[in-house]
Amino acid sequence: MKNYLNETRGLSSWIFTLDHKRIGIMYLCIILFFFLVGGVFGLLVRLELLRPNNWLMSSQTYNEMFTLHGVIMIFLFVIPIIPSALGNFFVPLLIGARDVAFPRLNLFSVWLFGAGVLVVIASFSHPIDTGWTFYTPYSARTAAAVTILVGGIFLMGMSTILTALNFIVTIHRLRAPGMTWFRLPLFIWGIYATSIINIIATPVVGMTFILLVAERIFGIGFFDPAKGGDPLLFQHFFWFYSHPAVYVMILPAMGIISEIIPVFSRKPIFGYKAIAYSSLAIAFSGFLVWGHHMFVAGMSNAADIFFSFFTFSVAVPTGIKVFNWIATMYKGSIHLDTPMIYALTFIFSFIIGGLTGPFLGALATDVPLHDTYFVVAHFHYTMMGGTVMGLFAGLHYWYPKMTGKMLNEKTAKVAWALVFVGFFVTFFNMFILGMRGMPRRWATYPPRFQTEHIISTVGSWILAAGIVIMFYNFIRCLKKGEKAPPNPWGGRTLEWQVPSPPPTENFSEIPVITDWPYSYPKREE
Amino acid sequence: MGEPEKDWEQKNPVFVLETSKLGIWTFLATELLLFGALFTVYTIFRIKYPELFYAQHLRLNRIMGFANTIVLICSSLSVAIGIAGIRRGKAGVLKVALVVTLILGGAFLVIKGFEYKEHFERGEFPGTNIFFSLYYVMTAIHALHVVAGMSALAYCLIRTARGDFSTEYAVPVEISGIYWHFVDLIWIYLFPMLYLMG
Repeated sequence: MKNYLNETRGLSSWIFTLDHKRIGIMYLCIILFFFLVGGVFGLLVRLELLRPNNWLMSSQTYNEMFTLHGVIMIFLFVIPIIPSALGNFFVPLLIGARDVAFPRLNLFSVWLFGAGVLVVIASFSHPIDTGWTFYTPYSARTAAAVTILVGGIFLMGMSTILTALNFIVTIHRLRAPGMTWFRLPLFIWGIYATSIINIIATPVVGMTFILLVAERIFGIGFFDPAKGGDPLLFQHFFWFYSHPAVYVMILPAMGIISEIIPVFSRKPIFGYKAIAYSSLAIAFSGFLVWGHHMFVAGMSNAADIFFSFFTFSVAVPTGIKVFNWIATMYKGSIHLDTPMIYALTFIFSFIIGGLTGPFLGALATDVPLHDTYFVVAHFHYTMMGGTVMGLFAGLHYWYPKMTGKMLNEKTAKVAWALVFVGFFVTFFNMFILGMRGMPRRWATYPPRFQTEHIISTVGSWILAAGIVIMFYNFIRCLKKGEKAPPNPWGGRTLEWQVPSPPPTENFSEIPVITDWPYSYPKREE
Repeated sequence: MGEPEKDWEQKNPVFVLETSKLGIWTFLATELLLFGALFTVYTIFRIKYPELFYAQHLRLNRIMGFANTIVLICSSLSVAIGIAGIRRGKAGVLKVALVVTLILGGAFLVIKGFEYKEHFERGEFPGTNIFFSLYYVMTAIHALHVVAGMSALAYCLIRTARGDFSTEYAVPVEISGIYWHFVDLIWIYLFPMLYLMG
């Protein structure tokens, strides 16, 4: 049967495709590759920390390793993966459209992204050593290839903006007849909120990078106190983007979880509107909290209190989502297939990551915890335990739809067990390390911290083993997997109503929507 | 290449125009935030160094700045006349209007170039002081947007000459026109902020 994968053949039929599904797959392959690359740098960082001295690498090399780990994971993986890859594939399918609103712009976006990736790779000739935050004045002075690297990230940012624009217009204009706003799948609400953040925040960091490059080339001095500039200004600009960016990372993952929980609980989602509005609320309040990265940087007390208050307010819509997911499962008929297990892992580890957020948002506790491993642990619990678990859930959930093949369930569960155990072993004791005062970004440390560091490093190996098995499963099942039926999980959203893999035009006839996508039959009481 | 039918493109032209307009307005929101960051830098440093800003802004050439303001306002007018023309089916009006707009856009860049030359000769470079750094960054990024807008309008001109546009379909012209007005508007803010602060 003809589908989007076998309709046309050859490399050029992919590079010049206007099909949102192929574009999504291209993003997916590029980005997952860099997830593995970033992971290798992370493993090297952990390996160096096995012993308290510079036994493996110099401190300078260590700086480069953790910077590359951060830069690749943030800008080449966590930010783009769900919107650009899964969003491109599934937004038109979920709203009953044949494609995004501007298919040529979509193709241009993936080219921009590819160009950005090449430029970033070019910067590895002089590996950057500033940390992924590029704080001035050091980033304006270091001999590393900051200019090239931020140039590459700028291109990827343009790609993100254009993709977000495409999603916003698509969701506004191309919904199938009868698909009202409150009949949209919740993944779409997550993508919509994310796109708004990208439209508003990404240009600001783009300008910040332009100013940083102008500082390096022309010495314009906006961030240099010697010329009357202000390094804090850079931090304000950087975090005006980079804090909302963490909601760019987490909101689409929350959208995936909101799709998976009702399907595998065979129950309508609880509190649909609350989940939809809380996505917008997180996007909105996410713009008011950037200063909580700068409590020890020398802001005024009034600003500290303002940012601390709004930081706490983000916890409210986040909590609403968690309670709604749990209430959805209550008295459901829960099927523990791999996507659901990852979704439950998301909820479990995201609660830990989320609740340790207010510790850092509170002014008194942030001062001792700032720049310690507590922050590293909190961040990885939200990003790895949150976004990445949500991504894994989504990849296992949608793999049959994207490839037309089922994954090997047993292998997938073995991989999950290793990922889950490895993740907790690696990162949980970092909370304790941080409470005991271990500073982040140090290549060497006092020997009394070594036990926890050994545990973390061993955990990173378990985690890596799990991810290798997961990717082995992904690749092996492309050929060896059983043929996937159109609707293996019993989902009610539109992507499950078309064949697996979908035909190029998605729907032979545009569906007419009469109900919301979570109408599972009521249980007999 | 066996691409799917983009069936909304075959829907009525009003739908296509409205969809494209939503796209360009969303893009302008992002552009506004891009310049918003620069306006923030400007505000902060002007409050911090009012005397420096006042003394340095006197060194800018107000006559050329004013001339450029007039040039850009006229170019916005000519785009508007062209769009009004094509809405009534007059491709000839659109063609002339686009040529005039491109000439005016070019004139803006030439005048800007003479201003830069004057400053270079007097030894005023980016990095000379905060005011001149801001002046160069703001005007250079604006000039890049002028070039981008001119490229879009040149593309529209080629398509007009090919006879692609009519009363029913002139979406690229409408979109490029909106973008050109935005570029003009940014200059309308830059001119008093940089040249007329006294």
